Amino acid sequence: MEPTNTRDPEYYHKVVDCQYACPAHTPVPEYIRLIAAERYSDAYMINWQSNVFPGVLGRTCDRPCEPACRRGRVDDEPVAICRLKRVAADNKGDVTERIPQGPFKPNGKKVALIGGGPASLTVARDLAPLGYEIHLFDEQVAGGGMMRSQIPSFRLPETVLNEEVDFILNMGIHTHFRHYVDSMKDVLSKDYDAVFVGTGAPRGRDLKLPGREEGDANIHIGIEWLASVAFEHTHSIGKKVIVLGGGNTAMDCCRTSRRLGGEEVKVVVRSPFEDMKASPWEKEDAMHEDIPILNNHVPKTFETKDGKLIGMTFEKVEAQYDENGKRSLVPTGEEPVFIEADDVLIAIGQVNTFPWIERDLGIEFNEWGMPVVERKTFQSTLSKVFFGGDAAFGPENVITAVAQGHDAAVSINLYCEGKDVGERPSPLTNLIHQKMGIHEWSYDSSVVNDQRYVVPQADKSLTLRDRKKEVELGFNPEVAFKEAERCLNCDVQTVFTENKCIECDACMDVCPTSCITFTDNEDEEELRKKLLVPAENLTQDILVSSTLKTGRVMVKDEDVCLHCGLCAERCPTSAWDMQKYLYNTAKAAV
Amino acid sequence: MSYLKPKFRHPHLPKNELGYTKTEYEGSLSTLCAGCGHDSISAAIVQACFEMNIAPHQVAKMSGIGCSSKTPTYFLGNSHGFNSVHGRMPSVATGASMANKKLKYFGVSGDGDSASIGMGQFAHVIRRNLNMVYIVMNNGCYGLTKGQDSATADEGSKNKTGHINPFQAIDLASLAIELGATFVAQSFSGDKHQLIPLIKAAMEHNGFAFINVISPCVTFNNNVGSTKSYDYVREHIAATSTVDFVPTHDEITTTYSEGEIKDIAMHDGSIIRLKKLTNDWDPENRLSAASAMQNARANGEILTGLLYINEKAANLHQTFKTTDIPLNRLTEKELCPGSATLSELMKDLQ
Repeated sequence: MEPTNTRDPEYYHKVVDCQYACPAHTPVPEYIRLIAAERYSDAYMINWQSNVFPGVLGRTCDRPCEPACRRGRVDDEPVAICRLKRVAADNKGDVTERIPQGPFKPNGKKVALIGGGPASLTVARDLAPLGYEIHLFDEQVAGGGMMRSQIPSFRLPETVLNEEVDFILNMGIHTHFRHYVDSMKDVLSKDYDAVFVGTGAPRGRDLKLPGREEGDANIHIGIEWLASVAFEHTHSIGKKVIVLGGGNTAMDCCRTSRRLGGEEVKVVVRSPFEDMKASPWEKEDAMHEDIPILNNHVPKTFETKDGKLIGMTFEKVEAQYDENGKRSLVPTGEEPVFIEADDVLIAIGQVNTFPWIERDLGIEFNEWGMPVVERKTFQSTLSKVFFGGDAAFGPENVITAVAQGHDAAVSINLYCEGKDVGERPSPLTNLIHQKMGIHEWSYDSSVVNDQRYVVPQADKSLTLRDRKKEVELGFNPEVAFKEAERCLNCDVQTVFTENKCIECDACMDVCPTSCITFTDNEDEEELRKKLLVPAENLTQDILVSSTLKTGRVMVKDEDVCLHCGLCAERCPTSAWDMQKYLYNTAKAAV
Repeated sequence: MSYLKPKFRHPHLPKNELGYTKTEYEGSLSTLCAGCGHDSISAAIVQACFEMNIAPHQVAKMSGIGCSSKTPTYFLGNSHGFNSVHGRMPSVATGASMANKKLKYFGVSGDGDSASIGMGQFAHVIRRNLNMVYIVMNNGCYGLTKGQDSATADEGSKNKTGHINPFQAIDLASLAIELGATFVAQSFSGDKHQLIPLIKAAMEHNGFAFINVISPCVTFNNNVGSTKSYDYVREHIAATSTVDFVPTHDEITTTYSEGEIKDIAMHDGSIIRLKKLTNDWDPENRLSAASAMQNARANGEILTGLLYINEKAANLHQTFKTTDIPLNRLTEKELCPGSATLSELMKDLQ
């Protein structure tokens, strides 16, 4: 096998599993160390530059970083990355001065942002400091998009959201709230140099079943109902509520119902419990609030009496899987199940809709009604129009919208400067030696054995009474420190220098997780098999040195490396060195 | 500097027949200098015991004083151990073995501990053929007292200060053969492929098994001009044979062409399979082994591998006809066999 090219910026990036998995590539271990050092504002700013909404995401992120966390491969559970992020946001000092402050020197370019959600706000944050005149349009009364309309206040207090939205709007963004854009043609006719569409996936799916129309007064579309609650139009719901759907929106619907008067709230899903789309922790939180989740129930009819909804009937099914693992829900043949309900909330998915974009403007749409958007640049077929967030490729999550916003901002800036949007700027990378004494590292290299700490919650007798009372209390600084210490510092890389190695085997002998092997070279498949412990996790790379003096090579399986630094401590010649790798994606503005 | 090894291990570590992973055979984190050859030997002992399915509590580690004698802390943390007086490990090991012959005895010593202060003890434990493994971690210098030449430093070898050793070296392996050791091997800490099977064979040997392991001192004796540096040893190493240890129950699957292979049957039925690399050498012939050593020395080579083995000699327990029962388990019944037995015994002495 050829020696590994560690000069490729993606090699060491991939070793930092959490950062690599994060759509915005936030430098996670870097800010976790700052939290441990009680430097909350610094930790916050690292987050802010990367993901724009640390306070929001520290409470609501889908956390793709956590399943990726290396700790999860050696310990029972990954580091509570998401909730540590919240610690930085909760404990930060005044950071206003560290946020770019306008007025910025105008560059003479004008950009329209349609939709005021996370994608648009990210574009605004990246372009405003460069001198762009930004016009943001949203039909609601305030910015934030689905973060405001769909995420309930008991998960995300309005103050937290407002602060982070205002950091951006205060950069001198021209906001046009309560302004529904109903024609793209109109927008294009104005003198905007570029247009960004971040309108999300605004329409909730309906369920056309017998009785749907008769019961309409008590049947609601989940996201519309959540928005109506958020904007204080809806204040109550019936005592018996059925929530249809198994995603996070369904979890928000059922928990909100409990706070608006729902006493017997049930979530009913077609699929088996394990297949539900909702995050495991959101399901747990719902069940903690006495909400049963009935799985394997397929809705059949809305039942009404005297023109009023009285409940629903369901067919019981069981999941069967064919040899390809494809699932089909097969009726069990049992009697249909009737469940009483005063109200039904339908939370079975969201769809994109662009009724306001005329189809003759040069913006192409595909067969599913989605705009044709370039994956890397987020440019549409009309070169001055860019898409991002759920509007670009369908429903995802906040952190994905932010990541796409950053990329779209890079494109818009290149486009407005008359450059090729396909020529993407490289990431900023830096590899820094961590040695302080002979064998002292500038990071806490020792691996603590603590189990993951649980985030405390307010008592449900309080939270169920007040829709705005936040359920999670967040880690206090003492627990946050302990949780932060669980981080393995995967960004502190084990860097190997062949010509210093004397092949004493010390690193191989000391490595607690048997990652290092000195052996004869082979092709990758064979090499992976002959390591001390075979490298069977193919998603993880192996680091291969060039040929050493004895003709062997050093092979390190990155999979379960603890980054404890013992290889470097036991290396007599510093052939192993611990070096901190910083990787920042390129953004339009810092 | 780290003083504790992290608790986490590779989730797919192999297990041996006892259900243990290598972890159960490890010791504390080494406090020797980084890159010390001794740590590699410790790792080889861990690996050998793991592969041999030895229950850790069935092993006793004995040592004297020196860097080498510190190493039992760094391997087999679940085994018995005795860190004894400088150069007196063989006496303590003999005593322990007399008290309980069922344990495996691992003597770990260094060139100072064995070739200087403990030379007399070394000679006599060989002469008695005590059933034990005796490993010398040989670095040619006194690492613990800042690297003075030891008795095994080669004549003409240059130490880190630039001093050239004017004295002849004591060749421990040749000496062991001369003194009648029944298993003599030599190896290099940087060659685990050879060292691990040698340790396994030594553990199965019926009698005294001596392994002299060249183990570079990275701090004081790894300089240019030293004959015990990693580079020098690698350049001058010559092997008698490749060594493969085949436990009784394993089927022999390796195939070699006829003529180069020599199988040595051990007392328990296991086999040492040698692929000979040196001609005119017969590991079961003491004269041949001694002359192979002399020839290598004349050629400036460090001869490694199994040098000599004699599975037929009686070990100390066989000579003494000692009891199979550990002494602390002997009851009054065995210790006071009664006047009839005593009279029988007296008859022999009259």
